[in-house]
Amino acid sequence: MSGHSTYNPQNPVLKWFEARLPIVGLIHSSFVAYPTPRNLNYWWTFGAILSVMLGVQIITGVVLAMHYTPHVDLAFNSVEHIMRDVNYGWLLRYMHANGASMFFIAVYIHMFRGLYYGSYKAPREVLWMLGVVIFLLMMATGFMGYVLPWGQMSLWGAIVITNLFSAIPIVGEYVTTWLWGGFSVDNPTLNRFFSLHYLLPFMIAGVVGLHIWALHVTGQNNPTGVEVKSTSDTVAFTPYATLKDGFAVVCFFIFFAWFIFYTPNYLGHADNYIRANPLQTPAHIVPEWYFLPFYAILRAIPSKLGGVVAMFSAIIVLFFLPWLDTAKVRSAKYRPLYRYFFWIFVVVCILLGYIGASPPEGLYITVGRLLTAYYFLHFLVILPVLGLVEKPLPLPASITEAVLGPNHGGVSVVPSSSAAAPERRA
Amino acid sequence: MATPSLVEPTRRDFLYLATGAVAVVGAGAVAWPFINQMNPDASTLALASTEVDIAPIAEGQSITVKWRGRPVFVRHRTAKEIEEGKAVPLSDLVDRAARNPNIDGGDTADATDQNRAAAGKEQWLIMIGTCTHLGCVPLGQAGDYDGWFCPCHGSHYDTAGRIRKGPAPENLHIPPYAFTNDTTIRIG
Ligand code: HEM
Ligand code: FES
Repeated sequence: MSGHSTYNPQNPVLKWFEARLPIVGLIHSSFVAYPTPRNLNYWWTFGAILSVMLGVQIITGVVLAMHYTPHVDLAFNSVEHIMRDVNYGWLLRYMHANGASMFFIAVYIHMFRGLYYGSYKAPREVLWMLGVVIFLLMMATGFMGYVLPWGQMSLWGAIVITNLFSAIPIVGEYVTTWLWGGFSVDNPTLNRFFSLHYLLPFMIAGVVGLHIWALHVTGQNNPTGVEVKSTSDTVAFTPYATLKDGFAVVCFFIFFAWFIFYTPNYLGHADNYIRANPLQTPAHIVPEWYFLPFYAILRAIPSKLGGVVAMFSAIIVLFFLPWLDTAKVRSAKYRPLYRYFFWIFVVVCILLGYIGASPPEGLYITVGRLLTAYYFLHFLVILPVLGLVEKPLPLPASITEAVLGPNHGGVSVVPSSSAAAPERRA
Repeated sequence: MATPSLVEPTRRDFLYLATGAVAVVGAGAVAWPFINQMNPDASTLALASTEVDIAPIAEGQSITVKWRGRPVFVRHRTAKEIEEGKAVPLSDLVDRAARNPNIDGGDTADATDQNRAAAGKEQWLIMIGTCTHLGCVPLGQAGDYDGWFCPCHGSHYDTAGRIRKGPAPENLHIPPYAFTNDTTIRIG
């Protein structure tokens, strides 16, 4: 969304239009001529996958809303009506419900990609923080969407999550009453959740716009973590990135379709096909899989306020990550110690998810506490210290050198010695 | 305004500030209806009280009734449960407040068994069946203290509905209620 457009229309109508609203030029400079690092791997296709999934959720959601009724007496039946009566309703609903899971799979991969390659470091701090904002909005959207079918998990998930706010000292009770519009999760709650569930994806789309804007100001990071130095380090977005992203989206859609057509309820919970009953809690409440690690952190702390604070901190800490990581080298490829800690952290997050799905008793509690402690230790102790003690491996002089070997270090444009020297010292 | 240290505040500065202040108040006044519309509406606030016939509840049985969209437990306690409830010294309690609006000093009175059970009818225990942790409905006659156990995150309540172990911070709350005769209570 920045840089000089090389778009130069010859057609008189396009010329006339471009002089009045240069939007075609903007698209051209952002998605056609835009230079992308030549060494991007498939982990870089998840941004495109995420954009496509947002589109999928919005389109399927808008059509579901044509058949859905946000009322406690009618919501559950209207979802069954979508499943049984509406033409292709089953398909639209399964696309939307599984689409939410796919969206989160993609966002987690996208975020871990950023962690591995140090994409959050200067000058991409704002880009990263906008990503965390998108993540928060997605969590709110997914949570409110899950309430809409008004099954047992919908209701009890909503009760447990909204009650988190009752932990706030003094005003907690007023806040929950205000959120509910009553004294419990009831019709006013469902009604407003539907309204907000409709709104938030469009807010996400807005923040995605800012995210891409920030990306195009700083340029993309890449697997070496070395900044682009010459035109030989990049290739044009179209056709290179467009086609690679397109191919990745098609592969992702195959994975997505497998869930829709072969195991559409695998990622959901059977109890959500039982109509909501405010007098009976299901024996085992679990949130959607994508919230499980955070749910485990909530339960690890044996105090109400403490648990809530820990859970929110687990996300808030991500905002500070660019400053907590003191290492100058971005990519884990050149950080021999961080590479191990990264993978330990991935395993810890997956185990936290497992603990979040297990009953809160016995060994699960102890293990959950240890993992929670490690989660925070990673950000607050390991990352700051690692940057000071770790000795990074020598960096390539340029992306071109990393791809083609040492004799090609960007010779075509800048003398390799002058451009390469500062990076080698890092 | 550019070099405030050299220039006396002028009438124009005052007008800027005054205009700004009025704009802030105006914005707040407009925002309030949009915030307050989310609070409970008149029809929700007007929810009637609930009458419960407790004659059919034998000793050792409980029922759950719905009041204000929430479950209320009405339990006919056994002699053993009452005894267990009485045997607990206050110093063992996590939350020492009775949480009973039907007695003097509601939230400040001690959480003795007597202050939790119905006045003069210690076999009856009437409580809002919402875990004070995150709002699940605890299961009756379960957990380490013979009272209620919340399966959501593992809170244990004793035979007087007092929190003993787990993440819940408070005893189960008691709703406002009254006996209209020996076998009927009105909740709310
Ligand atoms: C960020 C994008 C979105 C996410 C992550 C998301 C997530 C969800 C989830 C998890 C459900 C519950 C599915 C189920 O278990 O049945 C749901 C339901 C629903 N969503 Fe969305 N949604 C998104 C966008 C939208 C949009 C833009 C609309 C437009 C109005 C919409 C309308 C609905 C409706 C009507 C339902 C209830 C029907 C059903 O349960 O299938 N959603 N959403
Ligand atoms: S809601 Fe009861 S223990 Fe959490």
